[in-house]
Amino acid sequence: MHRTGELYGQFQTLEQQKESATLGMWTFLITEILFFGGMFLAYTINRHAYPTAFGVGGNMLDLNLGFANTIVLIASSFTMAMSVWSAQTSRKKAIPVWLLATLILGSVFLGIKVVEYKQKFDHHLIPGHNFDIAYCSNNPSVCGLSGKALEDERKEIAEAVEAEKANAEQLNISQPGAAGITAVNAHAQLYFSLYFGMTGLHALHMIIGAGLLIWLIYESFKGRFDANYNTPVENIGLYWHFVDIVWIFLFPLLYLINRHLA
Amino acid sequence: MAEHSEHIVSPKIYASVLAALLVGTALTVQAAKIDLGPWNIVLALTIAVTKMTLVILFFMHGKYSSRRTKLIIVSGFFWLAIMLALTLADYGTRHAEPSRSFLTPAPSIGRPGVPRLSL
Repeated sequence: MHRTGELYGQFQTLEQQKESATLGMWTFLITEILFFGGMFLAYTINRHAYPTAFGVGGNMLDLNLGFANTIVLIASSFTMAMSVWSAQTSRKKAIPVWLLATLILGSVFLGIKVVEYKQKFDHHLIPGHNFDIAYCSNNPSVCGLSGKALEDERKEIAEAVEAEKANAEQLNISQPGAAGITAVNAHAQLYFSLYFGMTGLHALHMIIGAGLLIWLIYESFKGRFDANYNTPVENIGLYWHFVDIVWIFLFPLLYLINRHLA
Repeated sequence: MAEHSEHIVSPKIYASVLAALLVGTALTVQAAKIDLGPWNIVLALTIAVTKMTLVILFFMHGKYSSRRTKLIIVSGFFWLAIMLALTLADYGTRHAEPSRSFLTPAPSIGRPGVPRLSL
């Protein structure tokens, strides 16, 4: 692995050697597509089953932070692509600079994610015993909620309660807790479980990516990569772009779908 | 040492893709604020798929990769489509017992007392 740019015995040309590395990376990435695909599938089914509760949950996410994170991550994909270009054109000094930019943008993304998670913790939106979808509308000062936003949130929760009631009646379910705010809480918890599961898995991929970037920065600083040998830069680039693609789908699905109701 | 025949994508293309992705992001946020009924999700996913295609074709060099690699990329989405289609078909046609999902109950159609699920 560290004998850079050499032709291994099992390959005929360097080109063939490089192509099999690309092919292998893509094979790994399609397993990742299916890995995340399973979560998107769970999300689709549950969103379809509980549209109102999911709508309420989605509108409780911070759109500005989610939007900022999308911009940051797209920018980091660009800097990653530029580091691949620097390697391919043997601009050895530029490689670690672009990689460092990517690492910084990736860290900003994770930092914003931490702020968001903390906010959800403060707003009692972590699934579990203390989950309370109405916490903010009942304690608006804690959440900094006022005016029209507060009214909208109260209205939305009231509507979700009605929808759950109608749903329970329609399906002839009469157990206590099957309708009303209990049901909204149950189904909104489903939304937040998926939110934390999906964004958490995505963040884990970012953390792994950041670790790989640190290694790349170290290696490229030593001048290990150039036009002849840049497979690690290119393949970690593919990984990074893949993680970007996952977020390109997470952002609209989690943050945006019910915005027009708010 | 063998000559490389790899295609090097120019920074100009990367910058254009970056611009397109940023425009797409702004667009999807604005579109979400308009009430289009069921078309909100369609529009959001269309923009997301477009952005993904740009990333795969240019940032990930999909456009310039070998046919073998292209086949692998397409097969990934093919398997994903199988997983989504078959699972949703199952959920959409199953007669649920107590599961309250998939709404639109039509007791006259399903087994007595058991609502029929429909997607």
